Amino acid sequence: MIDVVMPQMGESIVEGTLTKWLKKPGERVERDEPLFEISTDKVDTEIPAPAAGILKEVLVEEGKTVGINTVVGRIDESGDGQGSDVAPSARSAAGGATASPAEQAPEPRRAAAESITPTPVPPPASSREDINAPQPAAAAAAPSVPAEEPPGPLSPLVRKMAREFNIDLRQIRGTGAGGRITKQDLENYMSQQAARTVASVTAPAYGEPARAAQAPAMPPAPPAEQELPPLPRAEAPRARIEPMSTMRQKIAEHMVFSKRTSAHVTTVHKVDMTKVARMRERYKADFQRRYGFSLTYLPFVTRAASAALRQFPIVNASIEGTNIIYHNDINIGIAVALENGLIVPVIRNADEKNIVGLQRAIVDLSTRARSRQLKPDEVQGGTFSITNFGSFGSVFATPIINQPQVAILGVGSVEKTPVVVEDAIAIRSVCYLALTFDHRLIDGALADQFTGAVKHILENWSEEIL
Amino acid sequence: MRRCEVRDLGRISYAEALAIQRELVNRRKRGEIADQLLIVEHPHVVTMGRNGRRENLLASEELLARAGVEFHLTDRGGDVTYHGPGQIVGYPILDLREWKRDVVAYVRGIEQAIIDALAGFGIRAGRIPGLTGVWVEDAKIAAIGVHISRWVTSHGFALNVDTDLNYFHYIVPCGLSKPVTSMRQLGSRACRAEVVQAVIGGLSRQFEMEITEAAPEPAGPA
Repeated sequence: MIDVVMPQMGESIVEGTLTKWLKKPGERVERDEPLFEISTDKVDTEIPAPAAGILKEVLVEEGKTVGINTVVGRIDESGDGQGSDVAPSARSAAGGATASPAEQAPEPRRAAAESITPTPVPPPASSREDINAPQPAAAAAAPSVPAEEPPGPLSPLVRKMAREFNIDLRQIRGTGAGGRITKQDLENYMSQQAARTVASVTAPAYGEPARAAQAPAMPPAPPAEQELPPLPRAEAPRARIEPMSTMRQKIAEHMVFSKRTSAHVTTVHKVDMTKVARMRERYKADFQRRYGFSLTYLPFVTRAASAALRQFPIVNASIEGTNIIYHNDINIGIAVALENGLIVPVIRNADEKNIVGLQRAIVDLSTRARSRQLKPDEVQGGTFSITNFGSFGSVFATPIINQPQVAILGVGSVEKTPVVVEDAIAIRSVCYLALTFDHRLIDGALADQFTGAVKHILENWSEEIL
Repeated sequence: MRRCEVRDLGRISYAEALAIQRELVNRRKRGEIADQLLIVEHPHVVTMGRNGRRENLLASEELLARAGVEFHLTDRGGDVTYHGPGQIVGYPILDLREWKRDVVAYVRGIEQAIIDALAGFGIRAGRIPGLTGVWVEDAKIAAIGVHISRWVTSHGFALNVDTDLNYFHYIVPCGLSKPVTSMRQLGSRACRAEVVQAVIGGLSRQFEMEITEAAPEPAGPA
């Protein structure tokens, strides 16, 4: 088996992200054929296979970042899936006579590649019993002594098999060209040994049964299915690690940027929405029939906020350096939750729209936000934002300002609540409005006047809807 | 000094440029040609790297199509980006074994070449650690995305000269991203040809190569 390692793509680089396996386990790969891709710093690099063979194991999943020289997978260079002695094994076994120098050239390099990969530390001078005793797989498979080699050339395959099966090559008489030991010699020797020592020759723990089956000269795998202990596995993972989507990174960046930029203060007003609720109740069915979408509380709040913004232009402003920019247009952003994020499309000139127009804009923008069909100018140019966390059941929350704006209005859920009205208890539809404002520009008194104005409009709603 | 041939192909579709790149990359891998530098300008196109995430594409492909913007999946590093008129797009096809076998140094080299070029037009650009590309304060002026196969580079960089920046809003929700900028937006009136020359000069110094015209196609007056 050839270890495939995370290559070092530059001096200062200590790790790489494996972004894509171009072969699946069990697939054949040619030497130098692209095997996987890694990504470092906006550079995607295709990594060629160090050897030809079958990709046996994938040890590092796509998306994982690992240090350089980490073994990411293994290639079985002996198997070609047919069990016949074609391709790689022919080259090494019978190759002594036929292989051209060109064909042989890669082999020393291949061996070199192997040697830089970390091999498990051999257990201290293990005896036969040790080998048979249940042991962690890696330890059993590790060569317990340096491979004993006879003089003369050896193919890397033979050398590797000898190491894997812990065979003293001096015990074997080579039948290849010039007395060279071939794979066949090795397999013959192993079957004799197996017959002689019965159960004592256990297949190495990671020797794949597939190989045993496909090599005709090999005896069937030892009868008693070896009860190898499961690989010592790390305990069940307690966490799952997943890279953030770029959208999530941007949201994170934006939120922290806002917290760092503005002096956030939130003020909460309790609003009696009974009038609005009644109005909504009265027109709901007609509205739905006439326009094809339902009437919610949000357009009422948006309408009230636009009117209040006209009254208090500083809430519709932004800060640039030491200047205050008063926006003439009232463009209200409506926060829309997406499956994995959020976006704030903007209702332009919101103050020029009536309830129907606002509701239509809200439905249209949020639908298209979810299907990603917003146009670029529909997510920019907002001068104030509204977030409707009430639709998720929240009573009140403290939203974060959408930079470079200076305030955001959070709408809590509208709930029927017992309240005291002129010393009597009445049932009213109540909602909390939370205004987060930038205290650099807006003082508490003004923020409360603004929110009070919104409240006043909502509590005394008179405008007809249809 | 190593030699690099530059071809300024002018306005050319993304697909066509990609095909030319692939051909040159293969020939470069086989050692048939010297290092190459393609300079192009694309019609409106949004491209997404293999690690790109669909959610960074704000507009649907249909909407892009309606807006006259092509959409391409591609094999470079990086996420979604936009190319269009007013942008200098450069595709260096270099065998890094003849320079440094270092992909990060390569990217830093491209950044430096662009930073130096911009300095010549009075624009102070720099880097933001962890965010590949060239930045002017908090705004990105040049994007970089590279693909490497057997140490031969492809794809490259895109520098906004007088790009219509509105098109960038198709790809990342505005408001949530760092802004993009262009030389024009920063007050520069430099024309494309001047900037191309400056960038070529920067690349030549960074990668220690002599960049000479190879274009059979006339480079076209800018």
